[in-house]
Amino acid sequence: MSQDQPRIVIAGAGHAGGSAAAFLRQYGWKGGITLVGEEPDAPYQRPPLSKAWLKGEATAESLALRPARFYAQHRIELRLGTRVTALDRAARQVTLSDGAVLDYDRLILALGARPRTLPLPGSGLRGVLALRGTADADALQAALGPGRRLAVIGGGYIGLEVAASARALGAEVVVIEREARVLARVAGTVLSAFLEGQHRKHGVAILTGAQVAAIEGEAGAACAVRLQDGTRLPCDTVLIGIGAAPNIELAQEAGLDCAHGILVDLAARSSDPAISAIGDCTQRPLPLYGRSGRLESVPNAIEQAKQAAADICGRPPPPPEVPWFWSDQFDLRLQMAGLAFDAHETVLRGDPDGPGFAVFHLDAEDRVLAVEAVNAPADFMAGRMLVAKQARVPRALLRDPAQPLKDLAA
Amino acid sequence: MPHVTYIEHNGTEHRIELEEGLSVMRGAVDNGVPGIDADCGGECACATCHVYVEEPWLAKTGTPDEQEASMLSFAATAQPNSRLSCQITMSAALDGLVVRLPEAQH
Ligand SMILES: Cc1cc2nc3c(=O)[nH]c(=O)nc-3n(C[C@H](O)[C@H](O)[C@H](O)COP(=O)(O)OP(=O)(O)OC[C@H]3O[C@@H](n4cnc5c(N)ncnc54)[C@H](O)[C@@H]3O)c2cc1C
Ligand code: FES
Repeated sequence: MSQDQPRIVIAGAGHAGGSAAAFLRQYGWKGGITLVGEEPDAPYQRPPLSKAWLKGEATAESLALRPARFYAQHRIELRLGTRVTALDRAARQVTLSDGAVLDYDRLILALGARPRTLPLPGSGLRGVLALRGTADADALQAALGPGRRLAVIGGGYIGLEVAASARALGAEVVVIEREARVLARVAGTVLSAFLEGQHRKHGVAILTGAQVAAIEGEAGAACAVRLQDGTRLPCDTVLIGIGAAPNIELAQEAGLDCAHGILVDLAARSSDPAISAIGDCTQRPLPLYGRSGRLESVPNAIEQAKQAAADICGRPPPPPEVPWFWSDQFDLRLQMAGLAFDAHETVLRGDPDGPGFAVFHLDAEDRVLAVEAVNAPADFMAGRMLVAKQARVPRALLRDPAQPLKDLAA
Repeated sequence: MPHVTYIEHNGTEHRIELEEGLSVMRGAVDNGVPGIDADCGGECACATCHVYVEEPWLAKTGTPDEQEASMLSFAATAQPNSRLSCQITMSAALDGLVVRLPEAQH
């Protein structure tokens, strides 16, 4: 590396970090790019881990964000299996787990999040798993199949996707949720009830309002989950899917402003102008909603990767996007756009017992805050545009599937 | 190997060799062709891999299925020759395919 070439170091080689490296080259960054990642793999896509990958329907090539040759072709130095252990902002240096010290002109923190752990008796037993990376997914897959019994603690998206995939693999599955409904923090009541029904229809046992007391073991391996009401749920594998905690320690120790995540602006800049932060580890402005928040999704990782790359390359910031997310369970394609903060009213379009439907969440002025679509891609696309437009919409029209939304969204 | 030519909105052309069986989206992403974001990684869930298929290739790329057609019907800059490039699989019959990229994916 020549001394006069400015260098960008990207800490974290996941979806956000890998995308940022690619966008920097697309936007014409000529200096050095070093991508440092703790995992042994080059950046890959996590969404299939609970879906196609778990079911054995994806390959390492299809999972990879970019083919291996991409990095050499675009002069992106990969330092994998290596952790950034310290950040010295005054010296503009990071220290790596292999002892190397890298100078940076700009640093991008793309550290992601890690599964939350459950401080429970038995949580250290063999067969108690979490799901974040390929190694986790492979361990989980090896534990699933006909005659195997999986207990999923936490009815969030990942837990429900794994439950659906595990059924496809022939395993028996119980989902244990503390709240009164699955997806309590992230979905509306209509969608929660619908998904509970679908899972039950496919043979998944769903227990809501259920408090786990302990994981019981036999010869060091998990054999049952015991609830506080005394119920004992025999199983041979436990998946803990109770959400993710952002990796912000490195930033905190270096004195960057953090709240629930590393605080950034719409150019993905942290409180240190030489340091950007992107992806699951950030708390970012949500301009459509007049607040900030943490988003854990691929579209967010890509949007913030663009923001950081544009800022560093002196390009105008990319247009703000509506937060969105997708999930696949059984034969259902779920697509959600927007965030239902302070929703005043929900409008159902279509019939949950029919081929597809959507739930629109409106504020008090009849503006669409969010849409949840199930096998209803057109309603998702329309909803995403309506959220972006922040225009008032006639409820009667939203409610009537015979009325096209095309003109409204245009 | 068959190849695809991607033409950016500003006219820049990229001639890319693409293995049969891979999607036209993958060809762009894997080679750093700007303008295809592919947020969903090819799941037909995002519509950020929108392209215009140049004649005479349109018929050879097949017809969009219902999911793709629904997504496209709301894409901001959709035209009759719009496709989601993750849903076009490369084959020998598509050798020489030309696609144009819209100004923006949103
Ligand atoms: C099973 C599963 C299913 C999902 N499904 C969907 C979906 O359907 N749709 C969707 O939009 N999103 C989905 N997500 C979420 C999505 O994958 C994440 O939002 C996305 O990966 C975030 O990208 P990121 O780069 O911020 O974090 P990550 O992809 O987690 O990357 C962070 C990387 O940084 C590394 N790292 C951490 N600390 C250090 C350090 N100190 N030094 C070096 N490296 C470090 C980590 O090892 C990791 O490789 C899913 C996630 C999971 C786990
Ligand atoms: S990559 Fe998302 S729809 Fe094609």
